[in-house]
Amino acid sequence: MFRYLIKRLKIAIPTLFVVITAAFFLIRLAPGGPFDTEKPIPPEIAANIEKVYHLNEPLLVQYGYYIWNLLHGDFGLSFKYQDYTVTELILQGFPVSLSLGVTAMFLALIIGIGLGFFAAIRQHSWLDHMIMSFAMIGIAIPNFVVAPLLALIFGVLLGWLPTGGWGSWQQMILPVIALSLPQVAIIARMTRASLLETLHSPYMDTARAKGMPMRIILFRHAIKPTLLPVISWLGPATAALITGSVVIEQIFGLPGIGRYFVNGALNRDYTLVMGVVVFYAALIILMNLLVDLLYAVIDPRIRRDN
Amino acid sequence: MSTQSKQLLSPNQVIFKSLINNKIMLLSLIILILIGLATVLAPLLSPWELGEVDWDNINTAPDWVTQHYFGTDPNGRDLFVHTLHGGRTSLMVGILAAMVSLFIGVFYGAIAGYLGGWTDTLMMRFVDVLYALPFMFFVILLTVYFGKSIWLIFIAIGAVEWLTMARIVRGQTLSLKERAFVSAAKVAGAGHFAIIRRHIIPNALGPVIVYVTLSVPQIILFESFLSFLGLGVQEPMTSWGVLINEGAQQMESAPWLLIFPATFLAVTLFCLNFIGDGLRDILDTKDRT
Repeated sequence: MFRYLIKRLKIAIPTLFVVITAAFFLIRLAPGGPFDTEKPIPPEIAANIEKVYHLNEPLLVQYGYYIWNLLHGDFGLSFKYQDYTVTELILQGFPVSLSLGVTAMFLALIIGIGLGFFAAIRQHSWLDHMIMSFAMIGIAIPNFVVAPLLALIFGVLLGWLPTGGWGSWQQMILPVIALSLPQVAIIARMTRASLLETLHSPYMDTARAKGMPMRIILFRHAIKPTLLPVISWLGPATAALITGSVVIEQIFGLPGIGRYFVNGALNRDYTLVMGVVVFYAALIILMNLLVDLLYAVIDPRIRRDN
Repeated sequence: MSTQSKQLLSPNQVIFKSLINNKIMLLSLIILILIGLATVLAPLLSPWELGEVDWDNINTAPDWVTQHYFGTDPNGRDLFVHTLHGGRTSLMVGILAAMVSLFIGVFYGAIAGYLGGWTDTLMMRFVDVLYALPFMFFVILLTVYFGKSIWLIFIAIGAVEWLTMARIVRGQTLSLKERAFVSAAKVAGAGHFAIIRRHIIPNALGPVIVYVTLSVPQIILFESFLSFLGLGVQEPMTSWGVLINEGAQQMESAPWLLIFPATFLAVTLFCLNFIGDGLRDILDTKDRT
């Protein structure tokens, strides 16, 4: 188990390093700067600004500074939001993005697995066809289409729910649904396929031949192998939810990290964009690592292979 | 497939027969061709032009008399024409970027799988590392870096999508290179590159075609996502993502601005997904029972 952890870390750490390096050089080599204003800045002030941001040093030295600061949890100052550090901005937005993402993930898991189970148990029934059609819709229609449509129907036409803002639980309903819908669809499809495959395996026949009730077969024997692909999907799902939250926050006007990120990209706020990329990349890499470990805990074959 | 079928069919005949039998796939193909034709023939279908302002009809609902079939936006521009032009952009990006990823992925995967050993390990480890990155964020980083241009979108998306392709082709190559016809080619004196190009790649194409078909909707989605955020296609060009974004802002006063582009995008994505699934059923011999 420990060796397996080391092996996974040997992929995770270089990946994070590549992210940081790529982000740093891409942003530093970008044409134009955040201090390109319409009115020319007096050279003394420009020199001072460059000094504060270490922009006058060679690129490699800047890189060294950046990594050093990162190790101390310092993402630098925002180039556009004056008087704010990037760390402050990220910490400000993160609770919103986190509660949105975690709620959406739980919803996706519970509903997705539930639907997949029902569809598989009643394969070829009308319920199965309904669930799979719904899953197809969820996969094909992106959440930046679903979100405005939901807001239009439930917010504007029916007037049941608020279409924007943050603070009350009612304001969370539409964003969470819009964010989790594609994941519900994917997880439902995955669970259905996986359970069907499991049900056709020989040890299932044995269990049935012994006369076990279906309930015990499903929940004691079939559930673990069925959920394995879903668990390995948790890593990519995290990435997808984070990407999706950028759009959802934009549509519903939520004060999360995604909005800072998009505004940063539109304003060329170098440090902010880079900070968010590194932060999210680290989060995704960490999540992948956790998923790998969880996988090894559940599936002994993986532990033995390594 | 039954073993005592009366008459053997050529692979092309099998595909054609399956296509006729798979009604959903056939319907998807027809709808997709119609949408494609409409986007190409846009100038013939409407008297209005891209970016043309109709001062008498600002923000009006769909109306056949004024020939604004899908209505107009707050700038008096015809939505029908814009939706079709947007579709042209989205489809073009989808197809071109898929070709870029096809080209990179097939060669990368074939070379890694064929050479094997350390080269393979290194090349695939590189893919693993890239795979773990949150790509949307990197593409957005690239748009910050290079400015927003449609070429950047092609390259960025192509550069992302090739990873899966490389994995698929490598897997195929690993088994193909052990086959007798590859040894025969070697004995006959063919060079490595000739073997990869003439023997490995053509034989690995089945799963590759399926993946390309399924990657086109992903790419269209990707492009729409970027355009929706204002980081993709720029004026005067338009795309479905741009239109959906504009529509979402106006949806309370002018819902048609959201509904038409969103429907076109959704229908196109549906069709492409159905075609991809259908092709997989046809070409994936493993599942054929």
